[in-house]
Amino acid sequence: MPRITVTVDGIKYEEDVEPRLLLVHLLRERLGKTGTPVGCDTSNCGACTVMLDGKSVKSCSALAVQADGCDVVTIEGLGANGSMHPMQRAFHEEHALQCGYCTPGMVMAAIDLLRENPEPSEEAIREGLEGNLCRCTGYCNIVKAVRRGAQEMGRAVTTP
Amino acid sequence: MTVQQEIGRPRRRKEDARLLTGRTQWTDNLSRPGMLHVMFLRSPMAHARIARVDVSGARDLPGVVAAFSGQDFAAEQGSLPCAWPVSEDVVIPDHPPMAVSEVRYVGEAVACVIATDRYRAADALEAIDVEYEQLPAVLDMNEALAEGSPKVHEAGNKAFSVKINSGDIEAAFRDAPVVIDRTYRQQRLIPSAMEPRAVLADTDGEAFTLWSSTQIPHVLRVMLAVVTGIPEHRLRVIAPDVGGGFGSKLQVTAEEVLCLLLARRLGRPVKWTESRSEGNLTVHHGRDQIQHIRLAADADGRIRGLRVGLLADMGAYLMLVTPGIPLLGASMFNAIYKMDAYEFGCTGVFTTKMPTDAYRGAGRPEATFGIERVMDELAAELKMDPVDVRRRNWIKHDEFPYTTISGLTYDSGNYEAATEKALALFGYDKLRAEQADRRDRGDPVQLGLGVSTYTEMCGLAPSRMLGESNYGAGGWEHGSVRMLPTGKVEVITGTSPHGQGHVTSWSQIAADALGVPFEDVTVLHGDTAIAHKGMDTYGSRSLVVGGVAVLKACDKVKEKARKLAAHVLECSPDDLEFAAGAFKVRGTDQQKTVQELAYAAFTAHDLPEGVEARLDSDATFDPENYSFPHGTHLCAVEVDTETGMVKIRSYVAVDDVGKVVNPLIVEGQVHGGIAQGIAQALFEEAVYDAEGNLLTTTMADYLMPSAADLPTFDLDRTESPATSNPLGAKGVGEAGTIASTPAVVNAIVDALRPHGIHDVEMPCTPERVWRALRERAQEERAQEGVRQ
Ligand code: FES
Ligand code: FES
Repeated sequence: MPRITVTVDGIKYEEDVEPRLLLVHLLRERLGKTGTPVGCDTSNCGACTVMLDGKSVKSCSALAVQADGCDVVTIEGLGANGSMHPMQRAFHEEHALQCGYCTPGMVMAAIDLLRENPEPSEEAIREGLEGNLCRCTGYCNIVKAVRRGAQEMGRAVTTP
Repeated sequence: MTVQQEIGRPRRRKEDARLLTGRTQWTDNLSRPGMLHVMFLRSPMAHARIARVDVSGARDLPGVVAAFSGQDFAAEQGSLPCAWPVSEDVVIPDHPPMAVSEVRYVGEAVACVIATDRYRAADALEAIDVEYEQLPAVLDMNEALAEGSPKVHEAGNKAFSVKINSGDIEAAFRDAPVVIDRTYRQQRLIPSAMEPRAVLADTDGEAFTLWSSTQIPHVLRVMLAVVTGIPEHRLRVIAPDVGGGFGSKLQVTAEEVLCLLLARRLGRPVKWTESRSEGNLTVHHGRDQIQHIRLAADADGRIRGLRVGLLADMGAYLMLVTPGIPLLGASMFNAIYKMDAYEFGCTGVFTTKMPTDAYRGAGRPEATFGIERVMDELAAELKMDPVDVRRRNWIKHDEFPYTTISGLTYDSGNYEAATEKALALFGYDKLRAEQADRRDRGDPVQLGLGVSTYTEMCGLAPSRMLGESNYGAGGWEHGSVRMLPTGKVEVITGTSPHGQGHVTSWSQIAADALGVPFEDVTVLHGDTAIAHKGMDTYGSRSLVVGGVAVLKACDKVKEKARKLAAHVLECSPDDLEFAAGAFKVRGTDQQKTVQELAYAAFTAHDLPEGVEARLDSDATFDPENYSFPHGTHLCAVEVDTETGMVKIRSYVAVDDVGKVVNPLIVEGQVHGGIAQGIAQALFEEAVYDAEGNLLTTTMADYLMPSAADLPTFDLDRTESPATSNPLGAKGVGEAGTIASTPAVVNAIVDALRPHGIHDVEMPCTPERVWRALRERAQEERAQEGVRQ
């Protein structure tokens, strides 16, 4: 069984894993990181999105062994010092979640979207979130939240 | 002290922080010491006799604790319940949680494996040997009813039939100047809550606890007790965080029953989590009706009578409320319109497919679709504007309360106001002008405008009325309020939210009623050991029944507090006025806050005669009538006549849901509802092939809309308070879904009408639209040919 080293939300783990173990199951069932949920088995829904070395990936379609030597950030490790990330706050402010099942993945995808395009138009937001499905919100408030999150994050960057 | 009114305030949700930071308790997150994982082997055939099941190969594999076939559980697994025997002639077939001798749809469980982890369980499933003797699949409702059709069940393929008559329908149709005669198909849908179902069952040998991603912990507990024989008082059901339901988790499922029985047999906790593809096969489906609708009208567009004939696909079995779903629509086909006569007939049909049951709106979206489509056809026939046809027929503002032809009494409403507001917001006249211009120019991209003026029957409750329709339970709701010694408040509700934000709204209700800060209230729910009474969440009933129960409990607490305050302040209770959370002796500055009184009631050092320790109270609410939200939805679509592509250009919704507790939450519910209704109109369909295999088992095949597929919706509201409950609220969970499907399809047909098209079957995919255009063009060419 391969042994991997992976850092998750700032903590380093060394784990023996079956080669077929999915990253999402490593996180959820071995490391107790249940903040990342599973919504499908075809990498269509995006609920399981986490950051792998700074880029969003669907953790249901990555193998645990692929995370060897990598840095993973889940929704549980996103905020700093007990406070929420600006994108999490924006989702709260804009009522961009209902049941909340899609939310961790949505927040992760939104942050990654802004990495590539810090000031996205509505259309760019909608296109950018295409791989993340939400059944509750109809996306209106998610789009607003991503916009607000972009503003807040921009501010965080520009203000010293 | 000025206290800000909470009701009506757009409060950000208390629920959010946990959900946003991943501190969630989805059932699949939970774990118990020694927990085992269950997986089910499912039938690959739509219809077959089970000749033999051999699980021995699975039992021997590493990590496998046990494996069982349906036969192994035949004696104890009971039959899954149907609580709505709608008619005298209803046939309720035996429905074993694991098939024993015959399978009737692809995905039906035939065996299970219990292993130390899910990977091992999945491996072991492959070692189970099943021998099937294939039987003919029965997929089409008309064929299922035909003489000599293969039988799904011994008793035949007819599940029930119902007929309702009101007024002289023959007279209404006799010599009617206009008769519209249409047949519509409500395609089969997969509800697709984002959280797949999960169940965890545990026992200490005496008592049982079941965690389930369910909407109905209370109903589930009763039903599981009946089905499994586990005594109700030794069974606790917990719905922890639940990731959406939309009716699909309003069910007593095979997996819930079996996990409980497995925990009992093995004496260990067992968990089952479905995969999405397993879920698409086995979460009950929604809709699936064929509607034959005939409408008779005068030459000026006044409706005389309406005849509705439904075939409703039950699938292979009757589940919790399967036969009741089409009947929920029975009294809604006449919608907001006045007419002289109405006839409704429905036949429930068994087929070898996954059973259908409640899906967002449950029966009412189907009915609203039928009538709103036909109203547009009537308008087209008479060359009237679709909005004018509705104006001519709807119940006027000053006619409420109004008893409809189907016998419901609508308490309040103002269709004129909602429609005017919607038309203005939409820019109706300007869009009509643009439409005319595009038609004149022969623009390949045509504009279509669709309207839907709907009402729905909300607040599934009045126990008396549910009883009259043969439903097996009541519809009351429970609320409980406990003032804690420190003055904080615990509210307990019998409703069981899964995204609707009850914790926030119920906090607002209690904060206003008791005059305490919003932050001082917490709301407990979803655990039968804590929320000990309730009827759960479905049918837009939570606020209008459950929220009112909380309000009533607050009032009772206040009455008790008043007695206590009078005792402490040494005055008569009548001398006290209640304001801003305090009882004040009139004309003095002497007062006691409810929160102070809570401490006095806790110490109980000096209680007046007849007042018990602790400041708390329980209440139930059972309204006299349903509530009837309404609204006007308008949709503009651009249809590319060369590719069949449909693009929603704008969408306006003006809803009247009575008094609003939290506008933010109401808006969110409407957004989500509209998206789900649009999805039926444009994208989603559960497709079976000729052998009865589901072709849409994954999210890659079953097309749920993403953010890129939908526009932003423009919303507004009017407010006609309900008179059937003291909150004046009407319910909102299903409104958007009910209204939007016909609005979109009406818009598409409106765009295509100059091409001679008067219907496109749902979902209106580019291919369907393109085919409709091409077929029409071919017909025209053929006619030309005949003429020449
Ligand atoms: S669970 Fe990973 S994309 Fe759906
Ligand atoms: S909030 Fe429920 S799925 Fe997005």
